Amino acid sequence: MSISLRRTLLGSLLWLAAAATGVHAADVSLLNVSYDPTRELYKDVSAAFSAQWKKDKGDTVTVNASHGGSGKQARSVIDGLEADVVTLALAYDIDAIADKGLIKPDWQQRLPHNATPYTSTIVFLVRKGNPKGIKDWNDLIKPGVEVITPNPKTSGGARWNYLAAWGYALKQPGGNDAKAKEFVAALFKNVPVLDTGARGSTTTFVQRGIGDVLLAWENEALLARQELGQDQFEIVVPSISILAEPPVAVVDKVVDKRGSRAVAEAYLKFLYTPEAQDIAGKHYYRPYDEKAATKYAAAFPKVATFTIAEQFGGWKQAQATHFADGGVFDQLGVGK
Amino acid sequence: MARRVLPGFGLSLGYTLAYLGLIVFLPLAALAVKASGIGMAGLWKTISAPPVLAALRLSFGAALLSAVINAAVGLLVAWVLVRYTFPGRRLVDALVDLPFALPTAVAGIALTALYAPNGWIGSWLAPFGIKVAFTSLGVLVAMIFVGFPFVVRTLQPVLEALDRDVEEAATSLGASRLQTFVRVLFPLLLPALLTGFALALARAVGEYGSVIFIAGNIPMKSEILPLVIVKQLEQFKYADAAAVGVVMLVLSFLLLLAISLLQRWSRRWAER
Amino acid sequence: MAAVVSAAPLRRHRPIGRRLVHGLLIGVALGFLLLFLLLPLAAVFVEALRKGLGTYVAAIVHPEALAAIELTLLVAVIAVPLNTVFGVAAAWAMTHFDFRGKALLGALIDLPFSVSPVVSGLIYVLLFGAQGWFGPWLQAHDIKLIFAVPGLVLATIFVTLPFVARELIPLMQAQGSDEEEAARVLGASGWQIFFRVTLPNIRWALLYGVLLCNARAMGEFGAVSVVSGHIRGLTNTLPLHVEILYNDYNYAGAFAVASLLALLALVTLCLKTFLEWRYGSELAARAPRGH
Repeated sequence: MSISLRRTLLGSLLWLAAAATGVHAADVSLLNVSYDPTRELYKDVSAAFSAQWKKDKGDTVTVNASHGGSGKQARSVIDGLEADVVTLALAYDIDAIADKGLIKPDWQQRLPHNATPYTSTIVFLVRKGNPKGIKDWNDLIKPGVEVITPNPKTSGGARWNYLAAWGYALKQPGGNDAKAKEFVAALFKNVPVLDTGARGSTTTFVQRGIGDVLLAWENEALLARQELGQDQFEIVVPSISILAEPPVAVVDKVVDKRGSRAVAEAYLKFLYTPEAQDIAGKHYYRPYDEKAATKYAAAFPKVATFTIAEQFGGWKQAQATHFADGGVFDQLGVGK
Repeated sequence: MARRVLPGFGLSLGYTLAYLGLIVFLPLAALAVKASGIGMAGLWKTISAPPVLAALRLSFGAALLSAVINAAVGLLVAWVLVRYTFPGRRLVDALVDLPFALPTAVAGIALTALYAPNGWIGSWLAPFGIKVAFTSLGVLVAMIFVGFPFVVRTLQPVLEALDRDVEEAATSLGASRLQTFVRVLFPLLLPALLTGFALALARAVGEYGSVIFIAGNIPMKSEILPLVIVKQLEQFKYADAAAVGVVMLVLSFLLLLAISLLQRWSRRWAER
Repeated sequence: MAAVVSAAPLRRHRPIGRRLVHGLLIGVALGFLLLFLLLPLAAVFVEALRKGLGTYVAAIVHPEALAAIELTLLVAVIAVPLNTVFGVAAAWAMTHFDFRGKALLGALIDLPFSVSPVVSGLIYVLLFGAQGWFGPWLQAHDIKLIFAVPGLVLATIFVTLPFVARELIPLMQAQGSDEEEAARVLGASGWQIFFRVTLPNIRWALLYGVLLCNARAMGEFGAVSVVSGHIRGLTNTLPLHVEILYNDYNYAGAFAVASLLALLALVTLCLKTFLEWRYGSELAARAPRGH
């Protein structure tokens, strides 16, 4: 007992020393800093990539993963978390890293589809039998309907929710910014709990039994239904929604320092291969690859979408208009 | 300074100051410097935003209320544990420290599971229209939980050390039990009670991990101050976050200072 | 102990009404404890075992859970002794000597209790993060503090700093300096006084402080979460691992790992109770008188 304890201690101290000086014993290692819902996806992608890399180059690649709220993860990278690649919920968070000079400004042009290997959209998760008869966005503002969404100020996913609702209202006949604001304000009046992250909201809706409808990424809604009860929840696809594009980027400053650029770039390119696209489809992300898209077509009903670039002029502008302090979200009078 | 007979003054004080300086003072200085980056006007603008003011009110209001409840119940529990014997007393005594030892996130999840409308306790309260989880009442419950041990643990030794003679004398002079307690015991217990109150208060104001799960986090209603800091960080506004942090710290410190002054006064009152 | 004995003669004269009051007081106190302390604890274990013992064990022996356990132990093994030495030194300085600013020093020691965990993590990021005061220097020398073990240790030290000192100061204040001074007069050296006179007097209080400090160190969530980086299997402590499992919809697993921490808390409390029972009279005799 005491010997094994001592050995653990000694090992731990050595490990501490190694951690402090940045010595790595493994062949090659990558750190993928990602957001909450992608845990399952990147677990499989990383395993497939490692196998591929071993076959092609003979080296062992270990891909470590860190998951958390998208904004918090971006902040950790800015503050020195040595991520080789970032795979976050929205371009704004990667832009924030780029603003500090860690990523080159042209990052969205370096990979296909605005550096987005797969997409998703925003859908509704409702309770079995859809007791409140929720069909589309305008059902969410009816009195007595409780809507669960995380806080757009702390959650990337919630910002997609918010913008999807806004876009819907704009596209209604006679829609304009004032009407959209009114619509979104009415929607948030029906929100009884604002969790800080997407997963927190899902737990509130599913485990605590709060609310009639959960606004969620399509991949989250499908996963939650899969994991927590096929027979208890239904997915409702609204008439129109936003095309959610979670982008990826190599962190230039880190890969140049660590000498891991080749592997890191190969990792992100791998995301666009048929193999990884198939994995994405399996984990409920909409793949670009034709074959994978056909294979999983049953899970992804056709939905009219608009992009953030068309409707809001990109993330920087959307962020400044809607989510900055004193922005539109703050003017909605949530909670009053 | 006649008491400096013992050796080790330089060593122990030097070590204490160096350690505190490195671990506590230097980092807090960094916080203050960061906060000063936005200037007085910026600070005022950040603090006076209605959601921040509401969070400030909720954090300090709920913390004060939780500390008052903890002081009252803590006094009762300490009294029962010291004065009465009943089966399982030691076990109960041990249980008091649980909130110190249980990770706050675990406490938050467990409390939410209990007080949610479909939880063990929540389902009993729901028919009466009482909602605890996801309201400001939930904030209060979490704060009571994390602050509870402080009052009991500061009162217990004092209660144990209290001279029974004083009470007996008072009783034999014809004072009722209640009179004895209010007039004789309470003044003696007050300094320790205030210490426990202050610690419970300070802990409750800053608590994040357990509150966040149970609060509901609706701006203006159930959003606590540490969450405001987190929200500012999410927007990469470090200086604003630091500013709110500093304001919180200063307010807590002023409260603690006020309580220690009150304590000095109460001690004099007890010695009268 | 003494208190219980002296209470006996008083009790015999008590009328029934008074007994009723006692029963009521005990009932209210126990009811509160049941509602606020025992039920959350029970909830943890019930949820943990909901999917059966197999799931429970599987969650705990999972490699990532084991890595989290190892890391949590490592952090505690570094943080707790450092805070113990600090606590003893601070208590020695605070109770055996008079000096200017003593009250301020006392307030400073308590300060970490009133700092929000969110802020306690943030301050180290502001100091050692890439954009912080020492960030560029640390990066130039390739030293990682934040998002590595040292950052976790620092945040844990900050949060648990007051525990040992808080436990020792009132006790040593109550004991006074008489015994130490007598030893000094008899020619003992400083270290001799400390190890032969002071330490035996304070050992149980010291142990309490260490136990509480340790329990809090292993359970800290908020501050650690800020400086961890959340790398699976590398920088996730037990409380962070609980959060991850919870966010993975693996509720039974999350509560299983949480129950480990709850068990740790229970063992800590049992140990403390055992010490009290075993050395109860010794402790009672040294109970601090006032503050």
